[in-house]
Amino acid sequence: MNEEQAVDVLAFDDGMSVDKAKDSKRTAKRLLNYLLKQQYKLLIVLIATVLACLFTLAAPLVIAELINTLLASITTHQFVDWQQMGRLTMWLTFLYLLSASFNYVQQYIMSSVSQTLSLTLRGELNQKMAKLPLSYFDQHQKGALMSRFTNDLERVADVLQNGLLQLMSAVVTIMAALVLMFWIEPLLMIIAVATILLGMIVAASIANKSQARYRRNQQALAELNGLIEEFFTGSQLIKAFNQQEYAIEKVKKANDELYEASRRAQLMTNAVTPLIRLLNQLGYVVMAVISAIFVLNGRLSLGLVQAFFQYVNQVSEPVTETAYILNTLQAAVASAERVFEVLDEAEEMPEAANSQQIDHAQGAVCFEHVSFGYPNGGKLMTDVTITVNAGEKVAIVGPTGAGKTTLVNLLMRFYELDSGRITIDNVDITQMSREYLHELLGMVLQDTWLFGGTIGDNIAYGRQNVSEQEIIAAAQAARADHFIRTLPDGYQTILNDETTNISQGQRQLLSIARAILADPLILILDEATSSVDTRTEQEVQQAMARLMENRTSFVIAHRLSTIIDADLILVVNEGAIVEQGTHEQLLAQKGFYAELYNSQFALASA
Amino acid sequence: MLRLLKLVKPSFKTALAIIILVFLQTIGTLYIPTLMAEIVNNGILQKDMAHIVTVGRRMLLVATLTGIVALMAIYLNSRFAADLDRRIRNSLFQKAQTLSVTDFNQIGAASMITRTTSDVTQVQQATIMLLSMFLPVPVMIIGGLLLAFHKDTYMALIIGSTILLFAFLAVFMGRKVMPLFIRLQEYMDLINQRLRENITGVRVIRAFNRVRYEQARLTSAFSQYAQTAIKVNKMFAVMMPLVMFVMDSCIVAIIYFGSRRVAGGFMAIGDIMALTEYAMLILFYLIMGVMAFIMLPRAQACAKRIMEVMDMDSLNDQFTCQRPLMSQTNAKISFQHVTFRYQQAEEAVLTDISFELYAGQTLAIIGGTGSGKSTIANLLLRFYEAESGQIFFDGMDIRCMEASKLREKIAYVPQKAFLFSGSIADNLRYGQKEADLAQMKRAAEIAQAADFIEALPNGYDTLVAQGGDNFSGGQKQRLAIARALVKPADIYVFDDSFSALDYKTDAKLRRALQQFLKDAALLIVAQRINTIIDADKIIVLHEGKIVGLGTHQELLQNCDVYRQIAASQLRKGELA
Repeated sequence: MNEEQAVDVLAFDDGMSVDKAKDSKRTAKRLLNYLLKQQYKLLIVLIATVLACLFTLAAPLVIAELINTLLASITTHQFVDWQQMGRLTMWLTFLYLLSASFNYVQQYIMSSVSQTLSLTLRGELNQKMAKLPLSYFDQHQKGALMSRFTNDLERVADVLQNGLLQLMSAVVTIMAALVLMFWIEPLLMIIAVATILLGMIVAASIANKSQARYRRNQQALAELNGLIEEFFTGSQLIKAFNQQEYAIEKVKKANDELYEASRRAQLMTNAVTPLIRLLNQLGYVVMAVISAIFVLNGRLSLGLVQAFFQYVNQVSEPVTETAYILNTLQAAVASAERVFEVLDEAEEMPEAANSQQIDHAQGAVCFEHVSFGYPNGGKLMTDVTITVNAGEKVAIVGPTGAGKTTLVNLLMRFYELDSGRITIDNVDITQMSREYLHELLGMVLQDTWLFGGTIGDNIAYGRQNVSEQEIIAAAQAARADHFIRTLPDGYQTILNDETTNISQGQRQLLSIARAILADPLILILDEATSSVDTRTEQEVQQAMARLMENRTSFVIAHRLSTIIDADLILVVNEGAIVEQGTHEQLLAQKGFYAELYNSQFALASA
Repeated sequence: MLRLLKLVKPSFKTALAIIILVFLQTIGTLYIPTLMAEIVNNGILQKDMAHIVTVGRRMLLVATLTGIVALMAIYLNSRFAADLDRRIRNSLFQKAQTLSVTDFNQIGAASMITRTTSDVTQVQQATIMLLSMFLPVPVMIIGGLLLAFHKDTYMALIIGSTILLFAFLAVFMGRKVMPLFIRLQEYMDLINQRLRENITGVRVIRAFNRVRYEQARLTSAFSQYAQTAIKVNKMFAVMMPLVMFVMDSCIVAIIYFGSRRVAGGFMAIGDIMALTEYAMLILFYLIMGVMAFIMLPRAQACAKRIMEVMDMDSLNDQFTCQRPLMSQTNAKISFQHVTFRYQQAEEAVLTDISFELYAGQTLAIIGGTGSGKSTIANLLLRFYEAESGQIFFDGMDIRCMEASKLREKIAYVPQKAFLFSGSIADNLRYGQKEADLAQMKRAAEIAQAADFIEALPNGYDTLVAQGGDNFSGGQKQRLAIARALVKPADIYVFDDSFSALDYKTDAKLRRALQQFLKDAALLIVAQRINTIIDADKIIVLHEGKIVGLGTHQELLQNCDVYRQIAASQLRKGELA
């Protein structure tokens, strides 16, 4: 079972809240276009539905004939015409058989329609995800995007599968049955319709009233879920402070709140069906008495009365259902709209028409007058110019939020520049394919990421077909081998993104191992060692130093002590490079860097 | 699921009342067609107008009463449902508070959250469905068949055999569909897992050029899901028309053979209509019952996950104290040959750890990632139990103390600063409910948090969002430190609590701390030499073992590992 997902989704789908599309018409049309890709199937389904409904509706008339035949011979004290009765029974069976067959045809064909549609849309979302710029992921919550793939498309499929069929047969049944009822006896039909309408009014007014109760219920639920999430996440702390009783008390209170709200909300929803049923029953009794009188008068045959009541049943059920179906249909359109919104998001810049590659790649990197900012956000980089020779070690330092990470993201072309250009060995990176660019660059990121699989698989992520020895060698080089072996299953330990039996520092060691194994031309270490303690860091540094030999590398680090030997130090502040040079040069400048450096050590001896 | 229900003991009286009401409702529902037959047989056929009106009135009464009974059942049902929900959730949450940290982490916070939220709802819904949809089925079958027998034995047999046929079909189909449902859920879980990875790992995936590989992984999960879903739909495509046809055939049989019985004078023509109605009602209720049944395995799985928690030991606070073991030392804390390993781990996290900490002293622990630093703090707080060796607090083996008594004397700052939603003051008072503003201000000043708190428009009343997300990492850490300082304690444990602070703040904070906590014992887990340079005693941990114990100067002289750490952090001049 997957629990984390439920938590992610909890915040975005509460199921009960009113869910309406912003532009239902346009979305419905677009959804219909997808559906119409399977138009022949839909046509067959439509024909089968109409036929199935009509055969079902014809049956009561045959039963009426049966009863009338029987009644006629009983009242006239003659022998029953069993040949006629047998024939009618055969017809009846045949009608039911036909109806069942067409029902089968309809459902069999429909069985793949909705799932094919979701599969298509999931595929399109999947393609889209690869083309979305990284800023999209930065600005949207994980759970929301996941819910587009899962909940939203699941709802679309469900509603199309069941709702569409039900809606089609409801429309056909209601129309045909009303005609037949009118033909049997207009007065009875009017009473029947009046009863059904009354039921609809009652249902609608209850639905209206229950909105407020639902909202309260949702609020209470959200509050309780929030508390539980918080208390479980901080469970160790609660223990340390002996606050278990207090937590239990708080949850109890929220739980009582929810009890009250949910009791009232549930009562409203559940009361609708019996209320409508009661109304229907009352109408039924009235019609029974009136039709009995009509039979006595000779205005109606008993067989037709029986048929009429069957039609009443056949109409009232889809009528109550239709309200529900229309609601779910509306929700499905809203879901589809959210999916389309993702599909309509602006994409990454397309690849250059004829992408270039570098002959004899060396690894010289140039930023030329680079400017960058998020759309509708402030500038994050202004007029940055850097020249890095092949094989140099570049350190980027500066306060948090100064734009250190942005520099790297631009080099990786995760974001597009507003102006200026970045080159590797004099080739503009926008002239290369992204794939080729990423082959040149290897990185260890600030937010380490591990995927569901073994530790071994995770280390081998950057290169295909690696031997076990190579994996272990990379882990050893990254000082990860020891802790991996303390785990129950060693290199075979299964990880996932939420894994808790591995510390942040250990995760970083794994992603360092991953980069070591990938063996890129240019190396990027994005605050990778900040959670690894200094001693481990030093060991990793040694491994890295070997790795960085003759390799251009960019290092972003908190601890200035680790970057003293860099060939070039870039001091970033407020989106611009305020100083650049070697450690000695910068100290001699007595500028921003010197101040930063001294503040780190001034107090150590104090 | 039954075990869970037994455990939480929902109101038996309410359940009984619901059962009785549902029973009455079912009887009423069956009585209407019986009266209808009466109108046809003795009213229409006998041309007795008065009788029609009399029976009509009785029908009206029965219909109204049935409706009222149904509404009462709904009322009780809603109450019962909400109450059940509350009971399960309360006892689950209470249970969770008594679990040991090992057990809790084995399940994980995320999973505990789902179990306490959506799993509980699933179980509750299934129980209600059982009560309102499953329970009436036997009543309907027995009542309907009795009425049918009363009309005509042969007719009752037709209805009875249809029920059997239907039950057979339901079981047969259920066996085929159930495994598919389970598989469907598994594929959905797979989709979710891969999606989450794809979204959180988007940078790495792109950087390592694995976009196409990840797409293929997703595509395969999608199409496996779709194929299974189509299979399920196809089964329903067979099942639903088949069920309908069984029902229809039953009606055909009732009408044809009923006519023969009517012609033979064994029953009246109105009885055919009543019998058809009985058959329809019984089969309709059966279908509803089957649908409720389909929901069961899912709820069962949820109940199992809840029970897994409920079945865990609550003995967290009473580990294994044979007799109050005293040590001869007057140290505040004393570790004697403590060894610890996580369950099933090959290598121990801590091996043979011994040290003592006296009141008024500062003990620092430094070492590499995974060297076991935090584990020492966790053992002291009795989050885990040592595999061998002993830990003494004031000379008493901590296994012989109530965990809450032990923790009362310890103020703890966790590695990951976690704040609760509420106001800043609420958070600061977390360890001491009665703390006044002056105490909080004092703690905040020492923790170097007073400046930024007082700069906030609402000061100490500023609201903290869930998880403390409206504060930066450094601010959260300082608030967590202040929270611990508000609490009066014998020992203050700082588990790598200064890492998000810049060096200047770190130094100021430590100086203030030493002033404030003169008489207490301090245990500081740290990564920076600067943080611990003044400690009375420093323990150097390496791969779970103590490789150095002494002051900064001593360790520089005689501990290799310490020298390496120092060399990586300090300027050459300071190493001397």
